[in-house]
Parts: sequence; C-alpha cells; structure tokens
Amino acid sequence: MALPVAFFAFFFAYPVAAIVGRGLRTAAGAWQLGRLAQVLSDPATLHVLWFTVWQAAASTACTLALALPCAYVFARFDFPGKQVLRAVVTVPFVLPTVVVGSAFLALLGRGGLLDEWVGLRLDTSVWAILLAHVFINYAVVVRTVGGLWSQLDPRQEEAARMLGASRFAAWRRVTLPALAPSVGAAALIVFLFTFTSFGVIQVLGGPRFATLEVEIYRQTAALLDLPTAAVLTLIQFAAVTALLAVHARTMRKRQSALSMVPAAESARPPRGRAQWALLASVLAVTGTLILVPLAVLTARSFDGPGGYGLANYRALGAVSGTATFTVPPVDAIGNSLAYAGVATLLALAIGVLAAAALTARTGNDGGSSGAVDRLVRGFDSMLMLPLGTSAVTVGFGFLVALDEPPLDLRSSWMIVPIAQALVGVPFVIRTMLPVLRAIDARLREAAAVLGASPLRAWREVDLPMVSRALLVAAGFAFAVSLGEFGATVFIARPDAPTLPVAVARFLGRAGEVNYGQAMAMSTVLMFVCAATLLALERIRTHPSGEF
Amino acid sequence: MSKHVLRTAAAAATVLVLTGALAGCGGSGQGDDGKTVTLVTHDSFAVSKPVMREFTKRTGYKVKVLRGGDAGAAVNQAVLNKGNPQGDVFFGVDNTLLSRALDKGVFAPYKAEGLGHIPEKLQLDGVRNRVTPVDSGEICVNFDRGWFEKRDQAPPESLDDLADPEYENLLVTPNAATSSPGLGFLLATVEKYGDGGWKDYWKKLRANGVEVVDGWEQAYNDRFSGSAGGKGKGDRPLVVSYASSPPAEVLGKKPLPEKAPTGIAERTCFQQTEFAGLLDGARNTKGGKALLDYMLSRTFQEDMPLQMFVNPAREDAELPEVFTKYGRSAGNAATMDPARIDEHREGWIKSWTSLVVK
Repeated sequence: MALPVAFFAFFFAYPVAAIVGRGLRTAAGAWQLGRLAQVLSDPATLHVLWFTVWQAAASTACTLALALPCAYVFARFDFPGKQVLRAVVTVPFVLPTVVVGSAFLALLGRGGLLDEWVGLRLDTSVWAILLAHVFINYAVVVRTVGGLWSQLDPRQEEAARMLGASRFAAWRRVTLPALAPSVGAAALIVFLFTFTSFGVIQVLGGPRFATLEVEIYRQTAALLDLPTAAVLTLIQFAAVTALLAVHARTMRKRQSALSMVPAAESARPPRGRAQWALLASVLAVTGTLILVPLAVLTARSFDGPGGYGLANYRALGAVSGTATFTVPPVDAIGNSLAYAGVATLLALAIGVLAAAALTARTGNDGGSSGAVDRLVRGFDSMLMLPLGTSAVTVGFGFLVALDEPPLDLRSSWMIVPIAQALVGVPFVIRTMLPVLRAIDARLREAAAVLGASPLRAWREVDLPMVSRALLVAAGFAFAVSLGEFGATVFIARPDAPTLPVAVARFLGRAGEVNYGQAMAMSTVLMFVCAATLLALERIRTHPSGEF
Repeated sequence: MSKHVLRTAAAAATVLVLTGALAGCGGSGQGDDGKTVTLVTHDSFAVSKPVMREFTKRTGYKVKVLRGGDAGAAVNQAVLNKGNPQGDVFFGVDNTLLSRALDKGVFAPYKAEGLGHIPEKLQLDGVRNRVTPVDSGEICVNFDRGWFEKRDQAPPESLDDLADPEYENLLVTPNAATSSPGLGFLLATVEKYGDGGWKDYWKKLRANGVEVVDGWEQAYNDRFSGSAGGKGKGDRPLVVSYASSPPAEVLGKKPLPEKAPTGIAERTCFQQTEFAGLLDGARNTKGGKALLDYMLSRTFQEDMPLQMFVNPAREDAELPEVFTKYGRSAGNAATMDPARIDEHREGWIKSWTSLVVK
C-alpha cells in the first residue's frame, strides 16, 4: 500500500496541488478565493460546464445504443474472426486523439469520403464529436458488458421460459438485472472519458465547442491565466470524484453472486435466419463505425505524391535523417516502445501492489466494513483520478512541483514514462482486482495445511491464476502508454519524440510530404496497437475484467 | 502489528530508493560537468544534425534539447520555471509573447556575438539585450494559385480585398485565441485599422463569410484547397498561414515547378520575430552564451530556412534557392510594439471571440 500511495502522492497529488495552489494564491502567498466565486458565476464557465455535461451524456447514450447489440453478439455467438474483430474494436480506444481526429476529418470533413459520396459534412458539428466518441468508447461497452454477458448461464433464461415466461419477460426478469450493474459501470466509464474529452473536441469541434478540459488547456497553456485554470480544474475534480463515487457503488453491487459459466460454453454459432440477420447487421454497424475510419486513415497513408504507393513510408525513412525535428520515424517507434515498456513496468509495479492491498483489505468475502475499509475503497477510486484530470494540469504541475533536487525530474527522460504510468495504473488495477478477489483464500489455506511454505503456496496457487491477468494488464498498460499524448506533449521532455508526438509535429507543418508522413506514422501506430491487443486476445483471462 | 510496520517501512524504503534512482537519472547529463548546454524550446524547433555537431566541434559543448508543446505553452513553462530554469537557453519566444517573458524576468542579459549583422528593427530589446532575435517570418494570407487561375480571377492582395464581396466565403483562419498565426492575423488588422476600426473590419469579414477553425492544422490541412497534404480537397482557396508555406508545398516535387502552387497576398502580412535568450539562473552560463553566439553564426542561420521555414535574422545569411524562389514576401509586413500587444492581447482576443466566433 505504501508504494502506490507514495507514487501517487509524489507524481500526481503533489504536482496537481502545486499548480492549482499557484493559481489560487497571489504572488505574495495570500489565498484569493474570491476568484472561485468570480469564475463560478461567469456565464462563460456555466456555458462550458453545460456543454461538457450535455455532450458527455449524449455520447454515452449513443455509445450504449450502438455497442450493446455488439456486446450481445460477442457474448452469445461464435463466428470466424471474432478474436480479431474484438481486438480491432479496441484499437480506437488506445489511439491518440490526434489520430482519431484526423481519421474523422478525412471521413466527415470537407472533401471527406461522405462529402464526395453524398455531399454530407459533419465537421465542426456536434454530430462529428458524438460519432468520434462512440468510435473511441465502443470497446468499453463491448468488453465490460460483453465480458459479463458471455458468462451468464443461458440456461437460467431458458428455465424461465420453460416456466412460461415470454422471451422478452425472461430476458427482462433474468438477464437484465444481472447485466444492469455492468451496463451502469460501462456507462459511467464512457461518461467519465467523454466528460474529460480534449483532442476530439479540439480537432472536430472548432472554436465554438469547448469542454472543461479544453478550457483548462486554453487558460493554462495559451493564456497563462492560472487562477481561472485552477478553478476550472477544481470543478472538473469535483465532478469526476462524484462520478467515481457512483462508479464505486455500482461496482460493489456488481459483485453480487451470479451463476457463471465459462464463456466458451455460452457462445455458439448462430442458428436460423433471425440470428444470422442480427449478427450481420451488428457486424455491418461495427464495420462502418470502426473499420471505415481506420481504413480511411490507412488509405491516406498510401496516397503519396504521385499516386498510391509506399512513398510516404519511404519518406519516413529517408528525408528526415538529417534533421533533429524529424527524428527518423524508426527512432520514434523505438522511443515509443521503450517509453511504453518502462511505463508498463512502473504501472504494473504500482498497480499490482495497489490491487493486492485492496484485495487484502476488503477480504475475499467482501463482508468487511468500517472506517479503514471505506478509506481503502476511497483509495481505489482515487487511483482512477488521473484519468479524469486534465493533462495540461498534470504536465505543468510536474514543472512547478518536481523542480528541486533530489526530485528535479523536469529534464529527465523518466518524466515521460511516469506521466504515462499514471494513466496506465488504473487499467492495471481494474484488470487485476476481479482476478485477485476471485482467488479463494481456502485454496491457500489448504496448501498451507498440506505443508506448503507461504512462498510455495503463493507460487503454486496465486501465481498460475494471476499470471495471465498480469499479462493482460501489462498489455493494456502498454497499449495505453503507446498512445498517450496529452501529458507527454505538455511536459518539456528530452528530445526523444514518441509516435503520437511525431504525428502531431508532422501535422503541424505545411506540405504534402509532411502530411503523408503523419498519416503513415498514424497507421504504424495503429498496427502496433492492434498487434498488442491481438496478442492479448490470445491470453484473455478472467472475463469480468472491466476493460 | 510489528510485521505491518516492518512491511510499511520496507515499502517506504523502496520508494526512496526508486525516487533516488529516478533523480539520479534526472541528474545525469544535466551539465554538472559543464560540458552540456541545455536548450529549452517548442515543438517546431529544428536544426540539422551536422550543424549541431559543428557546434560541439567548435566549443566542446554538447547540446541537449528539451521541447514542450507549442510556442505559447513553451513560453509559459519558462515563465513558471523562472529563477530555477530547466536549461540554459530558451529559444522560441516571439514578439507577441515577448513582453510577458521579459516582465516576468525569465531572461538574463547577454549581448551575443554577431548581433551587429542583425537589422535594428528586429532588435526589440536592443537596449538591455535580454533576448536576441534569431529568425523572422511573416504571417500572411495564402492563396491557392490554381483555384484563382481556373476562374480567371485575381487573388486578393490586401486586407481590404478580403472584405470585398468578390472574395465571399473563401477565407479560413485559425482561432486567434488558440493559434499563433490566428493571433498574428488579428494583430495585423488591429495595426491597419486602429483601435476604432478593427472591429468594424471583422464585422465585414464575418458578413463576407470568414470561417474560423481552432488550429492552424485544421485550417491549412483540411480547409485550404491549396494544401497538397489535404489533396486539394478543402474548399477554401484562402487561408491564414505563413509566407514560408509556399516553398514547403514545393518540397519533394520532381522536377521543381516554375511557380509554387500557392502564393501569398502581399499586404496582409504580420511580422513575427523569434528570440532566444539566456535563462536567468542557468547552470551553464558560459555554455549558454556560446550557444547564443552560435545561433547567430552564419552556419546556424543558413541552416534554419529549410529546417524551420523561417527567414534568418542575419542580413548576410544566404538563402537556399527553393526559399528565395517560392517564399519571398515584399517585406512590408505590419508590426506592433510588444508592450502594446501584451497590454491589450487578452482584451482584443475577448472582443474578437465575441464578434467572430460566437
């Protein structure tokens, strides 16, 4: 427990508190809380807050509507290519938003695919934002709900029907109550991610739409209006904390006993015309929504000077060799992999320790209570906070807080993996917790009774059960670190640009060659992410893992 | 209980060791040996490797580059870190943000060698020399040559032209609140039409269908019809960009065309000068000074055009052909006193936002 707490205290709480404190105090050190009221009562703030809540709610509703049928199909049907598809569906979730933004502009913007076919343009409209949010968060619903759904014993529903319930009534009385908490949890996660949306809104929203996160960025990075940024950060903090509290409640409910079966037993090939039609329509929607933007991106990467070909990829290797601006992309890939590797190790160390501490405290029977346990559960939610905190706040906080020896990390390469690990830890914990909680303490006791040393008991009992979950957690942390862009771009870091940063740099310059290289790099990033996720599919573990 | 305490102590010790190791990594290459100069800059900074190696050969110092976000974010980071800077030299504060950095005391004075070759009008801190001009460029409206030729229409030349119904619905500009070319264009109009007139001008522009998008990337890559990166799919033939964008459009073309596919509207430009300075509290002052001198050397200055697409500050620097042929402006760009910009920046942006965006 001490290590995760220390990590978060040093690298999250302290920097964020430092930058917020800087904003709320005058140069002389006096608190200026009047700013709080002033910013809070500004109609512009309320407008931003309203839009933030509204678009998050709408995005969540759209995501649920489109992704739930897909979750059902994944849970109940077996079909060729299912694993690949499940990995592909998850790719958008880990792609940097810069890349998602350009994919959607290529699709929905002027001269985009839809524009050419039917003259439809959705850029700088709320529709583009909502669609992109669905695209990104689709996997959250498919994985969270689908994972549980695939384990629900279909015989329960069949039994209800034998007893005379209609198909719908059986579903409503038996399956829905079992699913509801996980649907709620997925909805909350999606709400959390869209509530703090930054890149998508920036690229697709145009200047008219701003979320709290975008506004914090504008106030901090562009205007250096720290007081306003601090107040906005506090508002976002309050909102996210409330969301996480609700999330923690639904999670506890979800742990009620359900009749579970191995996922492999509940899925079978579709039978009959209706089931095939359902499968086909779900696959069509998923394909349009997920594959088309990814395909457009890939197509653009091949569309170089002088027609389709590998020109952009060749440019990646050649043109940039002499300049420090454009590190050879091969290097950027290497940098990305190295950073993500270190970040993964950090996230695993912190996340596993935290998850172990959380399991040990709340116990396997979940029946404990009291102040200490409430604290522990609070800590559980607190570890999610980095996901809901503005990247620019964290980035600038690092600069302000970690500036004295022995912790002057501002010009160290370690600052990048640390920032990425902050985002990776919640995923590790979410993956490890269900598995750790599911290990029956009696197995360990039995081993002890039979004469095994604690180490041996751990090796023979715990390790085999958690090792696969560990791999999955590692893979997720890796993929998320690979795509992490926000915090990485807001800290002045030693010059070893990662793939997302390199993509952003290429997009920021005129000329066909630069744009083509940005697309080529995005495609490379996409495939590295997809490969990682596909490898994960092969070792998928405890399916109630939450992502 | 004692077991628990022990475990906590062990974990705490691990944290200390870990952070100690991290700090160790942070310390290495920090320039404690005096052999490394750390340059803090923005994401667009670029220099070719041979030129950096030449610096090491001449002075014995190695350069470590730290980059943090766009120009505005990088300047603000330097302001937040003043007195205890991340490096020795900062490069990339321009005239629109200069006063903020100077007023906050980010820089220490140093008169760089080679300053004599730099025109007076670029030396905005010429008395105290806290910053040194390194390059300049212009923010200008770019036009898509092919679009206007196809319609046998003359491209606009001045700010007035842009408000003319002849050019209705043709211009796209990045947001002045979040993008530095957007801000530069706003300043050009304030300079031209004055405190009283610029709002009226923007009302006219708005009535004439000017479009505002959040960043330069979207404006140029996605909306501008002349951007080869966007495959000419944008439908706006006029965009606020840089005078150096046309040569960038030519790069990679074989053979080089007679004219760049895009051009600049001569009387719409705003002068942007970028400065470097010795950071106050720098650990390696000597190395920092050597780096500043080197940045004004012809070697470095002549490397910049094709690395960063800017004009060297030195008058006697020779420009590469692709730059002189395709990226020339008439040199009559508008300028404004940095102190005036600093005083009014926020107010102007606020009024502009409510006039044009909302």
